[in-house]
Amino acid sequence: MLSAIAKKVFAGKRITEKDALRLFETDDIFTLGALASHVAGKKNGVKAYFIRNRHINPTNICVNRCKFCAFSRSQGQEGAFELTIEEIIKKIGTGQNGRVRGQTASSKKSSGRQVAHHLSPITHHGISEVHIVGGLHPEWPFEHYLNMISAIKKHYPKLHIKAFTAVEIDYFSKISGRSLQDTLAALKKSGLGSMPGGGAEIFSEGIRNRLCPEKIPGARWLEVMEAAHRVGIRTNATMLYGHVESLSDRVDHLSRLRGLQDRTKGFQAFIPLAYHPKNTEIEGSYTSGIDDLKTMAASRIFLDNFDHIKAYWIMLGEKISQLALMFGADDIDGTIIEEKITHSAGALTGERLTAEQLVDLIQKAGKTAVERDSFYRTVRTFA
Amino acid sequence: MKEHTIRERTGGKEALALFREADLLSLGRWSDNIRKALHPEEICTFVVDRNINYTNVCINKCSFCAFWREEESADAYLLDKDTIFRKIEETIGLGGTQILIQGGLHPALDIFYYTSLLSSIKERFDINVHGFSPPEICFIADASDLTIRETLGMLKSAGLDSIPGGGAEILSDRVREVLSPKKIKSSRWLEVMEAAHRLGMRTTATMMFGSIETAEDIVAHLDAIRQLQDRTGGFTAFIPWSFQPGNTELGDSKPGPTSNPSYGATAVEYLRVLALSRIYLDNIENIQASWVTQGLKMAQVALRFGANDFGSTMIEENVVASAGVSYAVTMDDIINSIRSAGFVPAQRDTYYKLLRTF
Ligand code: SF4
Ligand code: SF4
Repeated sequence: MLSAIAKKVFAGKRITEKDALRLFETDDIFTLGALASHVAGKKNGVKAYFIRNRHINPTNICVNRCKFCAFSRSQGQEGAFELTIEEIIKKIGTGQNGRVRGQTASSKKSSGRQVAHHLSPITHHGISEVHIVGGLHPEWPFEHYLNMISAIKKHYPKLHIKAFTAVEIDYFSKISGRSLQDTLAALKKSGLGSMPGGGAEIFSEGIRNRLCPEKIPGARWLEVMEAAHRVGIRTNATMLYGHVESLSDRVDHLSRLRGLQDRTKGFQAFIPLAYHPKNTEIEGSYTSGIDDLKTMAASRIFLDNFDHIKAYWIMLGEKISQLALMFGADDIDGTIIEEKITHSAGALTGERLTAEQLVDLIQKAGKTAVERDSFYRTVRTFA
Repeated sequence: MKEHTIRERTGGKEALALFREADLLSLGRWSDNIRKALHPEEICTFVVDRNINYTNVCINKCSFCAFWREEESADAYLLDKDTIFRKIEETIGLGGTQILIQGGLHPALDIFYYTSLLSSIKERFDINVHGFSPPEICFIADASDLTIRETLGMLKSAGLDSIPGGGAEILSDRVREVLSPKKIKSSRWLEVMEAAHRLGMRTTATMMFGSIETAEDIVAHLDAIRQLQDRTGGFTAFIPWSFQPGNTELGDSKPGPTSNPSYGATAVEYLRVLALSRIYLDNIENIQASWVTQGLKMAQVALRFGANDFGSTMIEENVVASAGVSYAVTMDDIINSIRSAGFVPAQRDTYYKLLRTF
């Protein structure tokens, strides 16, 4: 049944939306795994990447209050928080091994941490990327975000800043009255290195209206991403699955991503995100482990113009993420120090895996573990 | 590598090569085909039962066990009969058909404690008593100066229905010497099971891996189980589960050759062992996925790697919960998990007879 699709995949031909639906519908996870591994192998060999990074959420106060979001609070509500720029810089400084790669002597001092004595050995890697996303704060002006980025850049000149989802960018453009292009260009000038892929959820209008009517429409999400790619900002893309969408909604979502990628080539990685039901206003159950693997594989096969597919371990759990490496994923994200958004929605994993644990998981999946930078350049290969 | 099917028995050398070299997807495909041949209905079963750990006092002190206490310890306990009766009553109230009664090797207990407990349970309740793994049986026999056969006979006539396959760990005396030096040797574990089968009692078999065993140890374990099953046909199911490192003596020790005790076997290793078990144990009907040690998502994936049973709903689970892997899972969660993995959920009894499908 899948043999016609397999033929295309092995011939390096693009599969259709109808083919993709077939892949989602099949019970034959072994063929799916084999096809996805074939595609992943052609793109990335036996490499599986991870990055040392740190997630920072500047605030959980959000004007949107999406139904499925267990992370956000209204202003003044219990549990609401906002970090000052100082605090953000300090938090970054308490990254892995208490330090950040490329931290300069002067910046060390100004970050006020006593880390100098174990800075010297180069074998001690620090984090290379900070990942910043947060709520849509009702009062912070756009300049605050620009200041945040440039202050981080000033303290940690070599640190890559990956920040702000399309939802936040759209909001910045609204509150500042700037065009998308201006907004993005200003951020880039301040030091923004790339953008994560969050906020895509599911594009299909009917489902999106049920899931997150408060959020920008799918078309707008794609518009923001296109604008980012045009000003030279690489981004990721995500899909939230396992809530109320159908399998064709998933294919539709992937297809719109593939279409945009054909035009811009600006996406680095695609990250399927399994829906987490706990603590949110929408009912539902955890996705099945089988669905997670199938979604990973079908995405890898369909998104032939994406270089990377990421199994985000903090959402999938370390076990399913490890298996995902045999179902088309080539990246298991980072050694993440804090992850508030998923954890408030009942994620099953601990908050942190060490680099050693990630390497072990990757190697036991029969892959070569490669520590990467934000653009998938090799930092270190683990033999 | 050539395809492995139910029609052709896999030899020990072949199994070793499979385990070492076959890719995970091929192992999965073969084991899934074998599972389909044995259980074509695409049903995944589970049993509603409660794990009653009557005592945590244990003289064995196995290095991987987070459960045992000294008799004098402040949190040592021995459940009284009324507590046990109440637990059974609750179990029946929740649709349970079985209790799994197991405990430590308590120096003050002998055969009369057990026979009196069993007959008082049977006087009051109509429930299958699945209880006392081989280390306990041997301990009772020794404490009471009885043979294994005599002990089993007395327990059986007092009301013991079937025996859980715990305490097998890895049936390699080299590994047991490290993990559980005081625990019964491999041959005795097998002897208890054989004696039970001969008395007409059904049992399960387990294997705990992911500690310090080698691939040879795993295959030798499977082979010992398969040989015994050829002779008796008494095993209902095989349950491989991985060592849970949290909170145990072994968890703090140095990594062994095939594992990383800092967090036990990884997902890939679990599925490889599971699939190999399904391929090798051609004479055992059922293979259980261990959601308690692996989590529900992995148990779902396990249904494509040879497993056809989710084990127990575990109304209570003390032993595993104390090593830091506890999941608050309800029967509904189990049913939903099985269904969303693409299988038909069905409640079974101890002997794998279907009671109701969902
Ligand atoms: S999902 Fe994002 S936009 Fe929606 S409420 Fe949460 S933080 Fe705000
Ligand atoms: S595993 Fe069993 S025999 Fe070993 S210490 Fe724990 S309770 Fe005792």
